[in-house]
Amino acid sequence: MDPYSLKKLNEYRRTRRAATLLTDLEDGRDRVVAEGDQVAGELGEHIAKAFRSGKSGSVEADGHSYFLNVHLPPPRLVIIGAVHISQALAPMAKIAGFDVHIIDPRTAFASDDRFPDVRLDAEWPEVVLKDNPLDPYSAVAAVTHDPKIDDFPLKAALESGCFYVGALGSRKTHAKRVERLTEAGLTPEVISRINAPIGLDIGAASPQEIAVAVLAQVIQALRTRGLESKRGEVA
Amino acid sequence: MNDPLTIAEEWMKEGRDVAIATVVETWGSAPRPVGSHLVIDSDGNFEGSVSGGCVEGAVVAEASEVIAEGKPRMIEFGVADETAWQVGLSCGGRIRVYVERLG
Repeated sequence: MDPYSLKKLNEYRRTRRAATLLTDLEDGRDRVVAEGDQVAGELGEHIAKAFRSGKSGSVEADGHSYFLNVHLPPPRLVIIGAVHISQALAPMAKIAGFDVHIIDPRTAFASDDRFPDVRLDAEWPEVVLKDNPLDPYSAVAAVTHDPKIDDFPLKAALESGCFYVGALGSRKTHAKRVERLTEAGLTPEVISRINAPIGLDIGAASPQEIAVAVLAQVIQALRTRGLESKRGEVA
Repeated sequence: MNDPLTIAEEWMKEGRDVAIATVVETWGSAPRPVGSHLVIDSDGNFEGSVSGGCVEGAVVAEASEVIAEGKPRMIEFGVADETAWQVGLSCGGRIRVYVERLG
């Protein structure tokens, strides 16, 4: 391996950027491709597919045999609101492999008793996200119902290209939210990336069932990144 | 954290000769997924794993030759191999490991 490739790959991994190490298995040459870098032809298609699936493997392209080692940042789920839904969502998301982070400035809600074994910050999202910036491998689910708490992280999530953005609330509540975000300068196209009402439509009735619907929608968004048409079918 | 690729970079900075082994293919039940790494230095120190302990010894031995020669090699381990009783995967799977020198 080229020492330069190793340094570059490690740098991308440290900074939570998705990267693939591409090794030509015949001559041993390698290079690092970051997600979004343009690679032409058959190989480019294999690389795009590898980024979407997160699966490493050998491929044949343009008469060469390559090994693609995909390094995706671990997906993160940031839950705004230490509410009843979050109590079910956090442990399930952890089992599914997400780094879970709950933020809620209301100390009565954000208590360690209610949320054992999960990263919890009883602070305003503005403060917490400054030191823990969102990125394309982060999902944000805002579930407080309170615009004072939810609006800032929703805007930040849209601006950071988070792979999933969801907000709890009825269609009426969401219509008002759209008005506020529009006033804040976001375009209708950007705002339409918010999944609201939140969660896959499975008829969820209890907070626990809503948590299942939200987690399923987050996983769907993660596994269909870059397949916008597919994602658009979900309400 | 003992992340093999981070360790490989540290070893390189310390001036050690390093080989990197990578699982590039698996068949049947394999203990470590495709993409897993084992990094080895010329004194036989290693970090990470390509099989959860079954074939690491053999990979370390190959790595010292790869470091000396500089030419990458592909090694296959599994029950189909006649050396299965000495060096093989007790789980019954097969793996292909690519071993290359760093630099």
